[in-house]
Amino acid sequence: MLKLTRINKDFKGFRISDISFTVEKGDYFILLGPSGAGKSLLLETIAGLVYSDSGTIELNGRDITRVPIQQRKIGLVFQDHAIFPHMKVKKNMAYALHGQNRATVNQKIRSMSSKLGIPEMLDRYPSTLSGGELQRVALARTLIQEPEILLLDEPLAFMDSRLKSGTRALLRQIHRGGQTIIHVTHDYEEALSLGNRIAVMDHGNILQSGTPDEVFHSPRNGFVAHFIGIRNFFPATIRLRNGIPWAETAGNLKIRIHEGQDNEKGFVMIRGEDIVLSASALDSSACNGFTGKVQEITATPIGYDICIESGETLHALITRESVKKMNIHEGMEIWLNIKATAVKFIDE
Amino acid sequence: MKKLGLQWTFSILGGMMLLFVIAPVLGLMFSSSPASLFETAKDPEVKNSIMLTLGTSMAGTLLFALAAVPFSWILARYTFPFKKLIMAIIDLPVVIPHSAAGIAVLGFISRDTLVGRAGSAVGFNFVGHPAGIMLAMAFVSLPYLINAARDGFISVPERLEKAALTLGASPVRVFFTVSLPLAWKNILSGLILMFARGMSEFGAVIIIAYHPMITPVLIYERFTSFGLKYAQPVSVIFILVVLVFFMILRLLLSKTNKS
Repeated sequence: MLKLTRINKDFKGFRISDISFTVEKGDYFILLGPSGAGKSLLLETIAGLVYSDSGTIELNGRDITRVPIQQRKIGLVFQDHAIFPHMKVKKNMAYALHGQNRATVNQKIRSMSSKLGIPEMLDRYPSTLSGGELQRVALARTLIQEPEILLLDEPLAFMDSRLKSGTRALLRQIHRGGQTIIHVTHDYEEALSLGNRIAVMDHGNILQSGTPDEVFHSPRNGFVAHFIGIRNFFPATIRLRNGIPWAETAGNLKIRIHEGQDNEKGFVMIRGEDIVLSASALDSSACNGFTGKVQEITATPIGYDICIESGETLHALITRESVKKMNIHEGMEIWLNIKATAVKFIDE
Repeated sequence: MKKLGLQWTFSILGGMMLLFVIAPVLGLMFSSSPASLFETAKDPEVKNSIMLTLGTSMAGTLLFALAAVPFSWILARYTFPFKKLIMAIIDLPVVIPHSAAGIAVLGFISRDTLVGRAGSAVGFNFVGHPAGIMLAMAFVSLPYLINAARDGFISVPERLEKAALTLGASPVRVFFTVSLPLAWKNILSGLILMFARGMSEFGAVIIIAYHPMITPVLIYERFTSFGLKYAQPVSVIFILVVLVFFMILRLLLSKTNKS
């Protein structure tokens, strides 16, 4: 178990402040945040490449805040792999096994290289390897020292989608083998597909942490919501009218929600796929029906994102067929229909 | 078409400049008869001076490298107060006249100084001694090694050193297994430059030690005592020896480039 308590560090223009979290044994912990959020600095602090200015780091109950890097039993895989270019793959892998007898070293290299699918690369120089192969070598070189925690700095950045899915599968396999992992990324889809715990970071702070379910269904603020891909997320106050709760946003958008207390402050969250668009008012069970003006139409992998101005800027996700059928175009007036149960109110 | 004209102009200018370098050296090469070259090559005074020149320069280069190379790593990796000033001090020997450099070194190692007294205590005097020659050579040539080695270490990504640390290596092991091998090409190039620069030094050395005579001093002595004809064969032989040496070293360097 890794426990960080109130870690602060100011280093070369980057800063992390008051970072506390716990990573349990066997966790796949994701640090999610934009570039410049301080994620890499936090990883380097955990690894021991830099010492924190204040706060403590405990590993399995032992204080390692000031323990030298080489005695921490924490492995770090860098974003650009950092494979030693002047050593063959085999020597790269043996680097961490300095001082062990040759038979043990060879045996460990054999077993780790077959585990990661790189046995035929052992006698090659890194300059002859592809990005994906280098990634495997970097993982093998770090895992061979059997670290308590494996730190991964943006392991899937700069990879094409096919390589990405292969690497994801590999990381899952490593995790299933019992390896505790802390993985830094700016990609929320990556976070969702791999992590069992997520912490969202910005400007050196952890804004929210929890299970993917908690973070993705109850983002604590606009930054988190936006960063995890939720576009319709607005600060709002509940007003009861005739006992029926309405959430009113700063842009004077009034949305029926299914429950809430008068004057309660918080956020309304609507998933883009829960907004039904129509050319005229619908006679349906949706309690919310109002008009807006189409601002922008953007293609997405699964259809179109229609950006509509209606007091607030709302994003509706609809299929290609619907855009064609309704002839949706920029500047068009359109009806938005949302069920009250599809509107989530998150109190502050 | 215009571009071609420019290329020709630049090429002709460059050719003239090359000629300016090659012509005197070639002229010198053909100035002495093979017989006089052969005679000179057998002259023990010449042989000894060449051995002394190569030896002192090599010894100075290797000895100072022990401190200069690790120091270059510090210069490449860390920022600290007065770093710019220190870098300027390192470059100082390149810009000051070498006779003045010789005077400076002499003031530092002559009998009545701390260093000079330390030398006397173990029984020798730096002035007029190969050790003094070595110091004079090193003084003027050290910047070449430090600058080349520093550039070499700068070109080694710091992340590789960090990666080595996370793999459990001690900082000393990281230096010897990662930083040094990866910067080796630049360091070797710096060693060759320092060695060459030390070997060709005249101004600083002659102030520290007229005797024993290094070859540049011998050439000067033959010229002033006997005239041009007597200085030419020694010059030719020294240039040939130096060229052979450099070809070997360059070959070594190109081999490390390949690997």
